[in-house]
Amino acid sequence: MNAILNFFKPKRGVHPPEHKAESTQLPIAKLAMPQKLVLPLRQHIGNMPKVLVSVGEHVLKGQLLATPECTVSAAIHAPTSGTILSISDAIIPHPSGLPDKCITLIPDGKDQWTNLSLVDWRSAPKEALIASLCTSGIVGLGGATFPTHIKLRSSGKSSIQTLVVNAAECEPYITCDDMLMREHADEIIQGIEIAQYLLGAEKSVIGIEDNKPIAKQAMQTAIAGKPISVVTVPTQYPSGDARQLIHLVSGIEIPHDKRATEMGVQVFNVATVRALYRYFTFGEPAINRVVTVTGNVAQPQNFEVLFGTPLPALIQAAGGAKPDTTHFIMGGPMMGFDLPSTEVPITKATNCIIAASPHLFAPPPPAMPCIRCARCAEACPIQLQPQELYWFAKSDAFEKARDYKLFDCIECGVCTYVCPSNIPLVQYFRYAKSEVIAADKAKEAADLARERNEFRLARIEREKQERAQKHAERALGTKAEAAKAASASGYVAKEANTAEAPSSSTSDEEAAKAAKQAAIAAAIERAKAAKAAAAATGLAPKNTTPANPAVEQEIAEIDARRKNVGLENSKEAPITADAEKQAKIAAAIARAKAMKAATEAAKNGEK
Amino acid sequence: MSRSPYITNAPSVSTIMLKVLLALVPGIFAYAWIYGGGILVTITLATITALAAEAALLKIRQRPIKPHLLDLSAVVTAWLLALALPPLAPWWLIVVGTLFAIVIAKQLYGGLGYNPFNPAMVGYAVLLISFPLIMTKWPAPLVLAQTKLSFLDQLSFIFNQALPNNIQVDAITSATPLDYLKTHLKLNQSLSEISQAPIFGVYGAKGGEMVTGAYLLGGLYLMQQRIISWHLPTAFLGALSAIALVFYVADPEYFASPLFHLTSGASLLCAFFIITDPVSGPTTPRGKLYFAAGVGVLTYLIRVYGGYPDGVAFAVLIMNMCVPLIDAHTQPRVFGHEK
Repeated sequence: MNAILNFFKPKRGVHPPEHKAESTQLPIAKLAMPQKLVLPLRQHIGNMPKVLVSVGEHVLKGQLLATPECTVSAAIHAPTSGTILSISDAIIPHPSGLPDKCITLIPDGKDQWTNLSLVDWRSAPKEALIASLCTSGIVGLGGATFPTHIKLRSSGKSSIQTLVVNAAECEPYITCDDMLMREHADEIIQGIEIAQYLLGAEKSVIGIEDNKPIAKQAMQTAIAGKPISVVTVPTQYPSGDARQLIHLVSGIEIPHDKRATEMGVQVFNVATVRALYRYFTFGEPAINRVVTVTGNVAQPQNFEVLFGTPLPALIQAAGGAKPDTTHFIMGGPMMGFDLPSTEVPITKATNCIIAASPHLFAPPPPAMPCIRCARCAEACPIQLQPQELYWFAKSDAFEKARDYKLFDCIECGVCTYVCPSNIPLVQYFRYAKSEVIAADKAKEAADLARERNEFRLARIEREKQERAQKHAERALGTKAEAAKAASASGYVAKEANTAEAPSSSTSDEEAAKAAKQAAIAAAIERAKAAKAAAAATGLAPKNTTPANPAVEQEIAEIDARRKNVGLENSKEAPITADAEKQAKIAAAIARAKAMKAATEAAKNGEK
Repeated sequence: MSRSPYITNAPSVSTIMLKVLLALVPGIFAYAWIYGGGILVTITLATITALAAEAALLKIRQRPIKPHLLDLSAVVTAWLLALALPPLAPWWLIVVGTLFAIVIAKQLYGGLGYNPFNPAMVGYAVLLISFPLIMTKWPAPLVLAQTKLSFLDQLSFIFNQALPNNIQVDAITSATPLDYLKTHLKLNQSLSEISQAPIFGVYGAKGGEMVTGAYLLGGLYLMQQRIISWHLPTAFLGALSAIALVFYVADPEYFASPLFHLTSGASLLCAFFIITDPVSGPTTPRGKLYFAAGVGVLTYLIRVYGGYPDGVAFAVLIMNMCVPLIDAHTQPRVFGHEK
């Protein structure tokens, strides 16, 4: 009966060959001290921390080398004692292959600890614990590397009911979490207790795939009556995705526009909670992690590796790479990436290194056209329609792709995995996402610039009108006085300033004319001042040289329009591209007025 | 940008097509058993024509020839068209139909993956409209034929339209049950009278029932292999049965039973092999249900009220037109989104 039901149920996700047995034969080994350690300053999501040490300085193990500048950042500590050789750019393990700032440390071999400050998590106030965590350097060790103190701090804003501990480790080949659970289950459980306490969560659930029975047993033994439960989830990639795992262990489906914390759930990786335990029990900051070395190496194994350890040292420890190794992959075969160089250091994000060979990872055959078989849609854990998204991404119809929820794609690669036509679907989606993000950024910048400019122009216009108004008022005042004087003395002041009083008439018309002329004079003065200022700074006034006859023609036309709308006073102002803008503003104002009139008319009509 | 995933596990397009061909084999055997070996000639001829046309068009369109011939999609089209044609169709009819399917309906639209209409059904519809007489003239099942043609006789008939001296064309052909039903209902005969004719079997066409059973076998294999989803055949057969049942209950003397409709004509071929063409069909689960149900209802209406005895080809083509609309309006709920 179950078989029949399963037949009708869509099979979300995939179950690739696990290849986990290779690297679980031997226990976690401690790597020998490497010759040098290269510590990228950015090993986490967020801003680069501020370097506290200088070249040539001797540092102790666990000493703070770089401190987080603002909230979303993480500290870097010395993984061992030694001397700072350099602080400069080096290749980091990132898909881009771009260099980033790194601290290079030459170990002195003494491995001498600094004085570690220990906070007792059971007695100290939570704020103090979180503050102390800021400089612990602990980040999400599942691969996301999000600073842990932020995830724990968020408990203040929304109440967390459930702590989900991610022990799914759904990617093939990777076994670092599996081995960590087998060997350090007690430390993990104590770490969970700390995290649960800091979050104020009511319960903790460990989600673990059913292909790790030994680890599960170890965890259950370590729990020993504590209010922590273990939930086994089927071995089905990508069950380790945070939202997928939450759904699997708790049934809660996190809405796409909400964070898990808003739904009362927080997720931590097993290695991260273990790091919390080490920090709050021994004061140990984040200086090492467990890394799986597997694939085309002589002896696949897990190692406890100091951050900054160069990759060759690690490969050597695993018996060296076999001769047909072409390159190294960081992460798993579903979501990992080619390391740009063999010289990169191990960082907080490095959970697995796979030596790749054409035998292990054959290059895919050439892509065929999509036959719309919808296997991708069936396998997609998010229930997207990759075949449609592919069509949109291919034809650069990014808006359409967004409508079809492109940004819900978690890039797990399941669609590519099942595609009979060998279409690299997930790459298309990564491309489409980056294009949409770039376009959004460009649009945002353009919008902001336009808004600023419009505001500026409106302000200039307003100020101009205010000035004109003032002049007019002043002129009117003078006029009135003159008229008073004239009526008193009985003669016309013919010798008076022609600009101020061309005739003895006291009509408003005259006053307006005077105001206009005053405005012209003011404009000329302003233009002169601007020119002088520009000359003083040695800069040619911008936008004042017509580029070509076409532009001149356009300006002439604008001038004509300006006359029509009665803006000829401002003619004396530098007429250039600015003039065009002003014409536009005038037009916009006119439009706005017309619209207002129309709406009012409509309102009246409604009434 | 990352190159992952580094591993894949999917049957190739060729494998999928090969399995479809494999699933057709029982049907072809049943067909040959009922109507004689002529069908093998028809299939061979259609296959050769399809591959030649595909290769020629790929060359003209400057596309790689080998991978696209090896994807076997042209062969599937050829076989489906051949199985839809009358068993003793003249060679030129087969060639014209196949050429139309491959050249016009498939390659001119952009080749594999780009054709909005089911190529085999386009070829079939063109022939049905252009040559209605030949297209509706089916040989009587061998069990009923007054004169039985040998394989060589059939071969000669396909290529020369020549029959052994003592045999008349009328002696070897007969109306199909769907055709017979239509004609005789117009003569005001009741269904119970009509179904006394020897061409009727237990439910549908004598002999045709066996082919239908063989298609069902092949279809179940494809479902088990997850080449086709259950949505399409289930919705098609369900809708066809449901509408036939409504009419049948209303007037059993005028409207044939659901079982008759299921076992006659191209119903089962359609359910498992024609509407399951992924390229010209919808991709969403709900869309598949609507699409197949639409084909089922239209097939019935064309059979009962249309001008042609069977309505599968037109029903499929009409529903092909609706696919973009169906897909757009049946998008499944995305994880973390409201319905």
